[in-house]
Amino acid sequence: MAEQSKDAAVAGGTKKAGLLNRFDNPWLNWKFLSGASIMGFIFFLIFLGNQFWDTELALAGSSPLNMPPLGFTNWRDQEGIPEHPLGTENSGRDMLALLIVGTPRTIGVGFIAATVGMGVGIFLGFLAGFVGGLVDDVIRLATDVTITIPSLLVLIVIQSVLPYIDLVTMALLISMFAWATPTRYIRAQVLSMRESGYVQMARLSGVPTRDIMYREIMPNLLPYLAASYIGNMTGAILSAVGLELLGFGPQRIPSLGVSIFFSIEAAALLRNMWWWWGIPTVILAIVFIALLLINLGLDEIANPRLRKAN
Amino acid sequence: MGVFSFNYLLRRLLVFFLTIWVAATLIFIIPRLAPGDPIGAMIARMSRQEGFVENADLIIEAWRKRFGLDDPLYVQYFRFIGNTLRLDLGYSLANFPAKVSELVGRALPWTIGLVGIATAIFFTVGNLCGALLAWRRTPRLLKIMIPISMTFTSVPPALFSLLLVYIFGFLLPIFPQVGAYGRGMVPEFTLEFFGSVLYHGFLPAMSIVLVTFGFWALGMRGMMVTIEGEDYMILAQAKGLKPFYVLYRYMIRNAILPQMTALAVSIGTLVNGSVLVEIMFTYNGMGSLIYSGIANQDFGLIQGTSFILIVTSALAVLIIDLTYPLIDPRISLEGR
Repeated sequence: MAEQSKDAAVAGGTKKAGLLNRFDNPWLNWKFLSGASIMGFIFFLIFLGNQFWDTELALAGSSPLNMPPLGFTNWRDQEGIPEHPLGTENSGRDMLALLIVGTPRTIGVGFIAATVGMGVGIFLGFLAGFVGGLVDDVIRLATDVTITIPSLLVLIVIQSVLPYIDLVTMALLISMFAWATPTRYIRAQVLSMRESGYVQMARLSGVPTRDIMYREIMPNLLPYLAASYIGNMTGAILSAVGLELLGFGPQRIPSLGVSIFFSIEAAALLRNMWWWWGIPTVILAIVFIALLLINLGLDEIANPRLRKAN
Repeated sequence: MGVFSFNYLLRRLLVFFLTIWVAATLIFIIPRLAPGDPIGAMIARMSRQEGFVENADLIIEAWRKRFGLDDPLYVQYFRFIGNTLRLDLGYSLANFPAKVSELVGRALPWTIGLVGIATAIFFTVGNLCGALLAWRRTPRLLKIMIPISMTFTSVPPALFSLLLVYIFGFLLPIFPQVGAYGRGMVPEFTLEFFGSVLYHGFLPAMSIVLVTFGFWALGMRGMMVTIEGEDYMILAQAKGLKPFYVLYRYMIRNAILPQMTALAVSIGTLVNGSVLVEIMFTYNGMGSLIYSGIANQDFGLIQGTSFILIVTSALAVLIIDLTYPLIDPRISLEGR
């Protein structure tokens, strides 16, 4: 018994030590870790904000108008006040409350759209890669056509005709275009894995196709899928921000893109109200850079050749 | 130089025409998804604008005729597809007697020019940077500088353009904030006008280039790393070829091929981004046209402009796909 547990401990120990102490562990990738920490930090700030800041201040008319951030003055020489540390915009919304409420909305649209798109992409990608023939041809054609069409244009046409659209509907509309890139990518990966030794072996051993797909290929694809998912999310947030910059999106409690749209409409640039458009812009930029870092890190984790190049 | 294989050509053309058909069909269906009939919805929106709409009855008449709502749906559909394929996009609501196709015809060259030049720059610079990042003989300083210059990669071009306008148009007014050429200038083929176009186009083009070239650098670097392990690279070095020749003829020549495919795939995203950049700069291209359509509830304009932009994107993809076999002769041999 003691022997056994010692053995197990040694086995477990080496495994654990191997994972944690070795500096060449692929998951100790600085791009992945820094990107993930930035995103984590943003979510932490949103959480803190929801706990300690009055999010009702994101409603119009809840605060004095056009106040600058603390330590700055606006064009009427008003000083920033501690009640509104990041200033307010011209319909009396507190910028800090706007950021706390708006940031998760924008990221959330990307999350929903990317999840739906990815799910469809995994299904169609495996289907095309495994079934082949006519099914593959049809899926490939549909993918090529969908990728060619600039999605924003169709989304604009839809939104201009439909009346008010909530964020979930917007996310689902975006996901109509978010499936194509993952499908194409996963199909290519499946095709190349299908010919690899271990899949051939499994097939010769009589493993059913479904098990080959989900038990043999899927685990090996996971890092690729993760990288592709993050890439997809970036694309979906990009579409969402694009639509929001055109004024489509929640108006009462704006998301980040919509508040930038409001600021452009109100010529905030010329009035030098940089905090109005500038802070949401910088936050969105940081989110995009963090997602890219995660994506690149996952790419390197999945592909040893890229790692070697550093 | 390979000759196109029949299958390759057929497939590309199929994708091209399918894209156009899908776009036209979507634009036919979407207005009919809105509650009520499309004209009713449009009139409701027009009246919500409060102000007096000039020529309202003429517009309604024109739309009724165009939609032919009394006919069965399939007749409406085929007539719509026929009209659209003949580029008869109907009238603009906001500038009524003007046809959408006239407005689009005036705006399209600006968009093609802006996106074309930006693409040429980021594709060249990006691939060059990527190649230099992977090459062993690149000076150390460059290997540090290039990643730093890639900081803004993946920031949406429209947001980046806001920052550029603020810094270089407002704080240090070096570049103009709006427009595609000097105010009061008439488009003509003079050096002065051309200079003004370049001057005004600089910031919009840069807001696309600076956030995009990093992607191409990263992709190129990945390809170069793969190629470095190939046997023919060892042979090239063993033959004692000049390093620069190996870089250019052996590494970049091979690594650029997947980048071309990637370019065709990214055209859609590129057009999305440039539409928004144009709006930020009030650049008089297709983006601004769509924006004015949205602001004026001008559905004909939004739909027509979107359709033509989709066709243009599909055409760009087709051109890239058709030049591909010329660069990579293997494609025409494989027959796919």
